[in-house]
Amino acid sequence: MRLALAATCIGDAMFPQAPRAVVTLLERLGHEVVFPPAQACCGQMHVNTGYLAEAVPVVQNHVRTFAPVADGEWDAVVVPSGSCTGSIRHQQAMVLERAGLRAEARTATAVAERTYELSELLVDVLGVTDVGAWFPHRVTYHPTCHSLRMLGVGDKPERLLRAVEGLELAPLAEAEGCCGFGGTFSLKNSDTSTAMLADKVANVVDTGAEVVTAGDWSCLMHIGGGLSRGGTGVRPMHLAEILASTRESPVVPGAGQAVAR
Amino acid sequence: MSTFLGMPAAREGAGPSPQAAPGTLSGIGRPEDPLHWGASFPDAAKAALENGQLRRNLGKATSTIRTKRARVVGEVPDWEALRDAGSAVKTDVLARLPELLEELERNVTARGGVVHWARDAVEANRIVADLVRAKGADEVVKVKSMATQEIGLNEALAEEGIAAVETDLAELIVQLADDMPSHILVPAIHRNRTEIRDIFLERMADAPPDLTDVPRELAMAARSHLRRKFLSAKVAISGANFAVADTGTLAVVESEGNGRMCLTLPETLITVMGIEKLIPTFDDLEVFLQLLPRSSTGERMNPYTSMWTGVTPGDGPQEFHLVLLDNGRTKVLADEAGRSALHCIRCSACLNVCPVYERVGGHAYGSVYPGPIGAILTPQLTGEKSDLPYASTLCGACYEVCPVKIDIPSILVELRAREVSLSGASPETADRVWKAAMKAASFAMADGGRFRRAARVPRLLRAISRNGVIRRLPFPGSLWTRSRDLMEPPQQTFHDWWAEREERR
Repeated sequence: MRLALAATCIGDAMFPQAPRAVVTLLERLGHEVVFPPAQACCGQMHVNTGYLAEAVPVVQNHVRTFAPVADGEWDAVVVPSGSCTGSIRHQQAMVLERAGLRAEARTATAVAERTYELSELLVDVLGVTDVGAWFPHRVTYHPTCHSLRMLGVGDKPERLLRAVEGLELAPLAEAEGCCGFGGTFSLKNSDTSTAMLADKVANVVDTGAEVVTAGDWSCLMHIGGGLSRGGTGVRPMHLAEILASTRESPVVPGAGQAVAR
Repeated sequence: MSTFLGMPAAREGAGPSPQAAPGTLSGIGRPEDPLHWGASFPDAAKAALENGQLRRNLGKATSTIRTKRARVVGEVPDWEALRDAGSAVKTDVLARLPELLEELERNVTARGGVVHWARDAVEANRIVADLVRAKGADEVVKVKSMATQEIGLNEALAEEGIAAVETDLAELIVQLADDMPSHILVPAIHRNRTEIRDIFLERMADAPPDLTDVPRELAMAARSHLRRKFLSAKVAISGANFAVADTGTLAVVESEGNGRMCLTLPETLITVMGIEKLIPTFDDLEVFLQLLPRSSTGERMNPYTSMWTGVTPGDGPQEFHLVLLDNGRTKVLADEAGRSALHCIRCSACLNVCPVYERVGGHAYGSVYPGPIGAILTPQLTGEKSDLPYASTLCGACYEVCPVKIDIPSILVELRAREVSLSGASPETADRVWKAAMKAASFAMADGGRFRRAARVPRLLRAISRNGVIRRLPFPGSLWTRSRDLMEPPQQTFHDWWAEREERR
C-alpha cells in the first residue's frame, strides 16, 4: 500500500523517533511511505484550548496537505497518535464548518475517513498483529484517553504488543485513568495535573516494567517527565518504536534512536 | 513542602482545609451565590489538593461507587439501547418544552395542585416563603433537592424566620456544618465518619453525648433527631426527579425513606423543580427508573420511589404547590451547542469517574453543581466568564458513563471557545498571553515551510539540558518543569530527517 504519514507536530519537533519508527515498520512490512512536507499540525491544541479562529488556518493546511488521499493518490493516512487522529476525525470538519468553509469541511470529512491511528492501520487496514518485532523487555501499556474513548482502539495495541517476540507485557493498575496531561490543562491546572500524574507514575513504577508505552507521545511526554523527575529509571517509548525493533536492528529503551535509514 | 513530583503535599491526618474555623467547619460557609462562589478553580483545587484527609475520603468513596456502578451496568444487556432511549426522550422534551410544560400545568391543576412559575432564584424563593408564611409555619422539612440548593432557598427562608431542616442524612451533615455540598448525590462525600461524629456532637442539639463514629450509631442519632421533625412539620419542601406531563405526576427517588416521610406526612407540600425535569408520558419513567439508580448509587433499583399526582382527599398532603424554575435554563435551551446539558438527570456518574473531581472534590468548582456536568452547566446557567470549562483533561470518561449521553467533552470545547471570545472583551494579562501564544502557533503551524523552521527552535533548549532532560524552565515553562522533567529536544526534526533521506536516495 501507499501510505501517507502525518508525523504530528509534537512528533516532528520533539520526538522524531516515533514517526521514524513508523517509516521503518511500514517499509519492513512492504508498504510505501510518503511524507507530504507541507504538513504541520492537526489543530487539536488550538481547538481544545478554545481558539477556534486560530485553528482554522492550521486545519486548512492539514486538510489541503492530505486531500490527495481522498482522490486515491494514497491508500490511507497513518498517524502515530490517538489524540491527533481523534481531532482529525471529530473536530476538523466542525472547525471548518463553523468558519463557513463548507467545501473544505467536506474534504476534511473525506480525509478523516481515510485516516487511521497506527494500531488501527496495522490491525484493521493491513490485517497484521504480528509485525515481526523483537523487543526483549518488560513493558507496560498506558491506553491514552483519546485512543481509548475517542477512537475506541480497544485492545489492538495490546494485541500488537503481545505478538512482539521477547516482550513481557506487565498489567498496569488503573490503566484507564487519565495521566493528567490534557494539553494546555497541564499548564492551566498544573497542580491538579501533577496530582493525576503522581498516581499514574506510582502505578507505572509498581508494574516493575523497564518501559512504559502508549500510542501518543504527548501523554508519554507527561508520564515520562514524571518518571524522570522521580528518578525511576522507567523509560517512555512510543508503540511504534517497539514495533520497529527487530533482532537485526534492535531499539534500545531510552536511547531515543530510530532505526530507519 | 512538596512531594517528589512537586505537587502540594497531602498533610497526613489533616482535617478541614487550612482556612477552616476550628472543629468541624469547612471554611466554605454559605455563599451568597450558590452557582458561583469562591476562588478560581486552579486556586481552589490547589487548596483541596493540600488536604490529605479530603483526598483520601474522595478517592475511597469515588472508587467504591465506580466499581459498584460498573458491575450493575454490566448486568444490563440493553444498556446502550437504554442510554439511547433516555437521550432521545430528553431531546424530545427540550424540543417541545413550552408545550409539555403547559400540559403538565393543566394536569397538575386538574388534579388539585397549584402551579407557580419562577423566572429566577429571587422569584422562586419569594413564592416558597409566601406559601410557608401563609401556613403560619416557622419550620419546614426538606427532601434533598439540587434546585433548592441552586437558589439558596434555605438561606432565603432563614431570613424570613423560617427554619428549613434537611432530612437527607448527608444533606443534614452539610447543613449542620454550615457547609456546601461537595457532590450532587453524596453531598458529604468529603467527610469521613469521625468528622461526622464531631459535627453531630457540636451542632445537633439532641445528639447523644456518648456518640461514637460507628456508622449505625450515627444513623440512629440522625434518625431520632429527624423523627421529631417529621412528626411536627406542617409544610414540606421537595425537589423532583421527574415530572410526567401527560398525568401531572411528580416523582422523587431516594434511598433513606426520609423523602417519603416528607412527601406524605405534612399538610402542605411545595415542590421546586427545574423546568427541564419533564418527561412526556408515564411510560417514559420505565427508561429513567432503570438508568438513574444504576448510574447514581450503583443499585439495581432505588429503595424508595414516591409518586404523587395532585392531592387526594384524606390521604397525604392536602395542599400541593409546584414551582417551575427557569433560573437560566431557557438561556441554556437557546444554545444549540450546549443545550444537551439539560438532559442531565443528576445521577452524578460523571463526578465519580472524573479524574479531576476525584483529586480536588466538589468545593473547588465553586458551585452547587460540581464535576464534569457542573463544568458545563454552571457557566451556561450564569452566562458569566468562568474557568470551569478548563477544569478537565477532556479524557472522555464522563461521556462514556452518562446515562443520557451528554457529550460533555465536546460541550467543554464549545464553552472554551466562548471563554476565549469573552476574554477578548475584557483582556486580562493571562488571557492576552494565551492569545498571543495561540496566534503565533497558528501562524507557524499553518504552513509546512514555516513549521519546518519553527520546529528547529526547541533544539536550542539542548544547551540547558543535562543527561537528556531539562529540569528547570523560566515562566511559563516553569508550569511544566516545577513537577515534570522535559525531555531534551532532538538534534534533528522529522521534517529535516526526511528531507535528508530523500536527498540520499
